[in-house]
Amino acid sequence: MPRRRGAWGEAALGLFRYFRRNRSLTVGVLLLGGLVAFAVIGGMVVDPENARPLSVRVLQPPSWKLLFGSDRQGRDLFAVITVGTLLTLRIGLIAGFLGVGFGAALAFIGAFYGGVLDAVIRGIVDLGLTVPNLMVLIIVALVFREGITVNLMALVIASLAWLYPARTIRAQVLTLRERSYVQIARMSGTSGPGIIVKELLPNLLPYLMASLVGSVSAAILASIGLDVLGLGVFEAPTLGMTLYWVNFTGAVINGWWWWWLAPIVVVGVLFIALFSISVGLDEIANPRLRRRV
Amino acid sequence: MTVAYVARRIGTFLLIVWLAATLNFFLPRIGGENPVAQKLMQTAALGGNLHAGMRDMVKEYEAKFGLDKPLLVQYVNYLRDVSHFDFNYSIASYPQTVLSMILQGLPWTITLMTVTTLLAFVIGNVLGAVQAWPGAPKWLQFVMPPLLGLSAVPFFLLGLILTYVIGFRLQLLPLYGGYTAGAIPQWSVAFALDVLAHAILPALAIILGSLGFWALGMRAMMVTTQGEDYVMFAEAKGLHDRTIFLHYGMRNAMLPQTTALALVLGQLVSGAVLVEVIFGYPGIGTLLFQGIRGADFFLVQGIVFIIVLAIGFATLILDLIYPLLDPRITYRRA
Repeated sequence: MPRRRGAWGEAALGLFRYFRRNRSLTVGVLLLGGLVAFAVIGGMVVDPENARPLSVRVLQPPSWKLLFGSDRQGRDLFAVITVGTLLTLRIGLIAGFLGVGFGAALAFIGAFYGGVLDAVIRGIVDLGLTVPNLMVLIIVALVFREGITVNLMALVIASLAWLYPARTIRAQVLTLRERSYVQIARMSGTSGPGIIVKELLPNLLPYLMASLVGSVSAAILASIGLDVLGLGVFEAPTLGMTLYWVNFTGAVINGWWWWWLAPIVVVGVLFIALFSISVGLDEIANPRLRRRV
Repeated sequence: MTVAYVARRIGTFLLIVWLAATLNFFLPRIGGENPVAQKLMQTAALGGNLHAGMRDMVKEYEAKFGLDKPLLVQYVNYLRDVSHFDFNYSIASYPQTVLSMILQGLPWTITLMTVTTLLAFVIGNVLGAVQAWPGAPKWLQFVMPPLLGLSAVPFFLLGLILTYVIGFRLQLLPLYGGYTAGAIPQWSVAFALDVLAHAILPALAIILGSLGFWALGMRAMMVTTQGEDYVMFAEAKGLHDRTIFLHYGMRNAMLPQTTALALVLGQLVSGAVLVEVIFGYPGIGTLLFQGIRGADFFLVQGIVFIIVLAIGFATLILDLIYPLLDPRITYRRA
């Protein structure tokens, strides 16, 4: 007789089977997990203080002492990458969560209650999305340039990050609103907020997750864009600022390959991981896509 | 195409332009003070050989946007200036006006963007369509994953790698700039070839970086069209494979792709701005970078406004072309 598995074992096995089927989700989660693990473990091994200028000898190629070498201002690039990966993820997560949270709230309220409020929200979102994000952020970041911090940077990006989630989630709520179980909840006298929290939210959870990953990715892209344009936090060793210094000093055409190789690989892996996860989550959110593409 | 449709689209365009100008005016004033004025005063106070002219500029700015003026008057003054494309003088390179600087950079950017966007759109869509069609060559399957990976990362990362491999290591193409330093821009074959050689790497970064996006969308659309009744009918009629592929499959799958083009135009331009910065390409992206480095508010505001205007205009054109591609659109109000 086969050994009985507990409920947890059953769930874990189910999850494992699902991951084996949803390959892009697996690849994405593994890549992102690997990156975070690298940054966290690396941060324990190396002294994070070495991510500051003048910590080590300048422009050293990789060696056993300096795994990723050092830049022209004397930062230990291994320390920079470990600290920077987490900082960049922090910007993405703060802006992503705020964006999806605020966007979802507006979408639920607007789409569920309709009327003038919905029209106003939709109008603002439609107009806001036609103006390229980065351009508005450049003006905002230029204003807040003095004394900007990593958290303030995340807030600046979050100020526009809610637009896209608001539009897509609104469309989802509109279709859910007419489902029979929502109608029944309404007929049995459940209040508006009650329906939103108990009926709509749980059903949209996979979709909200996919939306979150998309927002985090977009926020990181925006932060790197602002960094490279010279609007980042100069004293913070984010991945974007590292690329700013690479560009500023002409590291590529000076042959200092170790300086740009690590940040490019990490940023590349980060975006590919988030892209894979969002493709994978899309499959959960829209079961009709399964096995097609 | 009805008059109402055209009027609605033009109305949206004007609204976007107004929004861009309004954001440009109010965002710097959010903190209560006016950093534009502060920067201007600082620069003027620093003095230097352009001192006298700079002081005139400050005087003019005070007259229009002085703190003693009500905000509404300042705002109306600003809108009037912008509607004449008057973005004031550049603070950092004073005697030049912002408009003249933008006009110098604009042809470079427009050429680079138009060529790369069209090439990526056409090649990507054909690649995606062919891949979804039964009987596509096997090797195409191995092209897709790397292209998708590239489309997930920012263009300029690829630009850095291309610079290193092709420009620095192999020394096949120039590394930096829009033409060889010291060359005098003129209408000659030699100069044109020089410009072309400098444009290849930035263009390649943008094209390779966006191919995957178009191919993925097109492949999904082609899979859908293949199941449609009209394709089956065409097959039953015994039409040539190529006719079905081009006129029944691709023709219909192109429509959502055109919509997608209008939607991602802003992202494409933002990505291209960073590519220009990496390559020091003499377009308005590099100009924007200079403006940010010199805290040249007027220059940055002018460029941001022009970019929003250009994208709004391109979207308007696409919107107006769309009913010609898809006659159904005119009957729908959306």
